[in-house]
Amino acid sequence: METFYFILITTIKTAIYFGILMLHVAYATYAERKIIGHIQLRLGPMVVGPHGLLQPIADVIKLIFKEDIIPSNVDRKIFTIAPLISLTAALSTFAVIPVSQNWFISDINVGILYVLGIAGIGTYGIIFAGWSSNSKYAFLGGLRSAAQMISYEVALAMSLVGVILMAESFNLTEIVNKQLEYSYGMFLFPQFLGYFVFIVAMLAETNRVPFDLPEAETELVAGYFVEYSGIRFSLFYLAEYLAMFCMSALATICFWGGWTVPPFLLKIFPFLGMIPGVVWFLLKVYFHMFLFFWLRGTLPRYRYDQLMAIGWKVLIPLALLNIVLTSLIKYYS
Amino acid sequence: MEPENLLRDRYLPVLIVIIISIFIGLAMFLISKFLRPKRPYTLKLTPYECGIPSTGDTWERFNVKFYIVAIAFVIFDVETVFLYPWAIVYKKIGFYALLEMYLFIFILLIGYIYALGKDIFNWGRD
Repeated sequence: METFYFILITTIKTAIYFGILMLHVAYATYAERKIIGHIQLRLGPMVVGPHGLLQPIADVIKLIFKEDIIPSNVDRKIFTIAPLISLTAALSTFAVIPVSQNWFISDINVGILYVLGIAGIGTYGIIFAGWSSNSKYAFLGGLRSAAQMISYEVALAMSLVGVILMAESFNLTEIVNKQLEYSYGMFLFPQFLGYFVFIVAMLAETNRVPFDLPEAETELVAGYFVEYSGIRFSLFYLAEYLAMFCMSALATICFWGGWTVPPFLLKIFPFLGMIPGVVWFLLKVYFHMFLFFWLRGTLPRYRYDQLMAIGWKVLIPLALLNIVLTSLIKYYS
Repeated sequence: MEPENLLRDRYLPVLIVIIISIFIGLAMFLISKFLRPKRPYTLKLTPYECGIPSTGDTWERFNVKFYIVAIAFVIFDVETVFLYPWAIVYKKIGFYALLEMYLFIFILLIGYIYALGKDIFNWGRD
């Protein structure tokens, strides 16, 4: 009976968490179009609702009512299951991401490993989609994407080793609380190298500009999801934005002190402690989301050989250097 | 503060979340299935290739570099897997752990330099 109530409560918690998350995703698409619009001196969506505020809802309704085309000669089973894999992988990562002290669905003590592992499964969705589509654009996009994602996954995982060295835990809540023990209150300062590697790898992992080669629209039309339409396409779209939120949350937790305020700031402005932790957390996540959009409005796309060179010849040595330096400093302190 | 029933209190929620995630995807798909039109015809169902009729097989041979990068990934990923538990217990073991890891990274670096020399990360023209 106790277990039954536990399951019920967890389900309700998950429903609330996912409800808010979905709303965030919907309005992230709106924010992206608005921000990029203003960067390019346009207004962005303006027609549906005041300042286009109802645009995401109109988009969802449109996508649900669109015809779902499955081209002939596709590998039907894999074609159908690929978007589901992408979405499930992207959504499941949020099971362990804490929003504030004691605000989480589950607080497992291998949090980082879980997030990285589940996020890695998302690659399967992309490869399956590219392979099964029976379209050359999708095939090339899927291949490129697979090579890109596995290359940057190494750098992403290595950039977090420095954080784990300092926090001595995989648990995400623990990592945040550990940062409070230092007067600067954020791993961003001692781990600036790790943070840089993480940010670049994060852009590549989520297939965003300047590393959006899998869906480079000028050469590959849309990459691995050329043949997808209607609701299946929107599942991929959803998965991409969820992955962005996941990476932003991970950056916030591991490098920006999550929902806490750095002690040195709290000493100067004591009133900052009055603001609830969730607000801090969300503000930090929004900053990282803004970074995604800002970069998209600013940078051109890299060439594929440049992309691989950055991943293997710059990021991985930098991440290794960060580990060596962090462990040395940790040993002598 | 470890809970007494670790499996239930910590990992059952994760399983529930994964099930709900799958359910959300399926539900969205089912809702759409009842609402969307379905009017297929041959031309609509051909693979998209900018308008011209597609020629040849899609599942062709592709560059061997994709395989090599995959192998390099396996090596480096195993290294990360090795680094993670090391990072946790580093403070407890102390100097020995530091030395051990530097040796490990040094040996890996030799392999890395070999890979660089073989030009496997160079995707430009040969």
